[in-house]
Amino acid sequence: MVTRPQESQRSQNSGRRWLGLLLLLPFIVLLYPPFYNFKDPTFIGIPFFYWFQLLCIILTAILTAVLFLLKV
Amino acid sequence: MVNWVALSVFIFFFLAVTIIGFVAARWRRGDLHDIDEWGLAGRRFGTVVTWFLLGGDLYTAYTFVAVPGSVFASGALGFFAVPYTILVYPLIFVLMPKFWTVCKQRGYVTAADFVKDRFGSSSLGLAVAFTGILATLPYIALQMFGIQISLQFLGIPVNYSFLGLSLDIPLFIAFIILAAYTYTSGLRAPAMIAMVKDIMILIVVAVIIIYAPIQLGGWGAIFAKVAAHQTSVKTFHEILTPSLMLAYSTLALGSALALFLYPHSLTSTLSSNSKDVVKRNTALLPIYSLVLGLLALLGYVALALPKLPASGNAAIPTLITTLFPDWFIGFAFAAISIGALVPAAVMSIAAANLFTRNIYKEYIRPRCSMREESEVAKIASLLLKFGALLFIVFVPTGNIINFQLLGGVWMLQVLAPIFIGLYTNWFNRWAMLIGWAAGMIVGTLMAFSQFIAGTPKAVVSSAYQMPFSIGGTPVIIYAGFAALILNLVLSAVLTPLFQLIPGATGLDATSPSDYDLSRAPIEPKESPKTALG
Repeated sequence: MVTRPQESQRSQNSGRRWLGLLLLLPFIVLLYPPFYNFKDPTFIGIPFFYWFQLLCIILTAILTAVLFLLKV
Repeated sequence: MVNWVALSVFIFFFLAVTIIGFVAARWRRGDLHDIDEWGLAGRRFGTVVTWFLLGGDLYTAYTFVAVPGSVFASGALGFFAVPYTILVYPLIFVLMPKFWTVCKQRGYVTAADFVKDRFGSSSLGLAVAFTGILATLPYIALQMFGIQISLQFLGIPVNYSFLGLSLDIPLFIAFIILAAYTYTSGLRAPAMIAMVKDIMILIVVAVIIIYAPIQLGGWGAIFAKVAAHQTSVKTFHEILTPSLMLAYSTLALGSALALFLYPHSLTSTLSSNSKDVVKRNTALLPIYSLVLGLLALLGYVALALPKLPASGNAAIPTLITTLFPDWFIGFAFAAISIGALVPAAVMSIAAANLFTRNIYKEYIRPRCSMREESEVAKIASLLLKFGALLFIVFVPTGNIINFQLLGGVWMLQVLAPIFIGLYTNWFNRWAMLIGWAAGMIVGTLMAFSQFIAGTPKAVVSSAYQMPFSIGGTPVIIYAGFAALILNLVLSAVLTPLFQLIPGATGLDATSPSDYDLSRAPIEPKESPKTALG
């Protein structure tokens, strides 16, 4: 039942480790509100502050998905 | 006034879910006399079940009431829930596969199991278990409060007087049903119910988010109302004022760090069948975050209602009852109530696992059998839910949210032994214990001083105004985050001192290979069928 990975698979993805640093991006952007604390530009009447952060949900999800698929 | 159509729909869904809860015991049969089977469902859940379970567990029904509620009450600051739920996932992506791996390889059921072995300290394990149980109790109570709100808005008379106490009979019934199927089915019950619940919640939110703004003249008209509201209410802001920025980011980061220290999050994580299931879910769970973010905006939609809701908690329920037909009202409140049952069940199971593994087995009956262990866990889960019920009966409901926020402050204080412990055993066990105690006390005092200062608003009361200011701007910070910094500094400074004392350093029972992700069992090939199972 329990299968363990092959030795060759284990070392294969170590070259992409640095890509993991991309995960710091959402922290840098979101934890510094002056980057996005504006009313304009609005989107369908919603101030920037709100729609930008909603957009960040999607962008961060794409980032983790890509890192997962690249086996980082 | 009882709304019979809504009530019938509500009862129909509630009964359906109850049946599912009991049937769950037979699902993917395992020996429920084993705590690994009862409390972690045999660690066999694939991507889809884990998605539903974690989603149902993290995005509780109360979240769906409270987040729009705090946006309704305080504006932009209440929106911190969005960066919070974004930042959680990069953290999980890095930390949880490691946590899953070490727990799987060493057979740990709780975080306290891990801490005890990692730092050779059952006292530190006890501190972790105690914190988890303490923080979980008001959280379960809050779920029941969510059910209570739904029942009130359905017009069911909730209070009956009994021996001078005002009792809440429908809530008691909901509680007994919940307790019974958790007892018989363990973690399988909430996992199965979560699938029904999440689909219901997603439908409800999708309908409201599309229909409500159109009814009220579109987002432009709604935000015009928001801007007007800002001029009349001093504590309400459409975007952050400079003094709220630090509060906003520390609330977001602190809450994100705390979420996966909670026992119920870790329990759901450990019930998955591989580290890849956890990782894959960091890309899939944000679907719920998006739902939550859209819901947060509904707090503003409630501001645009012809008749303003009475309070933050009433914002979403009032929105639903004002704009929608009876059958949908019943469906929506059923979704909220069932949504409360899933996390309440997982939380009580997680806290029961902690009690059994790290208090009962550690201090009371070290040599208890596997069967006894799982029996104790089942009974503990009953008692914990009963404790939460007492909370509802005796603590004024407005204060329950404050206790839950206090829970977040507490959970953060076990960050060093659990998260940092995954990477290093450098910290000394006694240093961490002192850091933990200091963080617990200071965090609690900071939060309480805010309750007393008379700002009962949910978000505001866990943001603490420091007694100093920088450049004329008052420093307002999340109490849990400030306490965490104190905790970490103390742990780091005291560690070298304790290292000088012979025998003060604990023995690490784990070995580096236990953490090696590449040595972890890889997941069985996920066919559509196993993904569902």
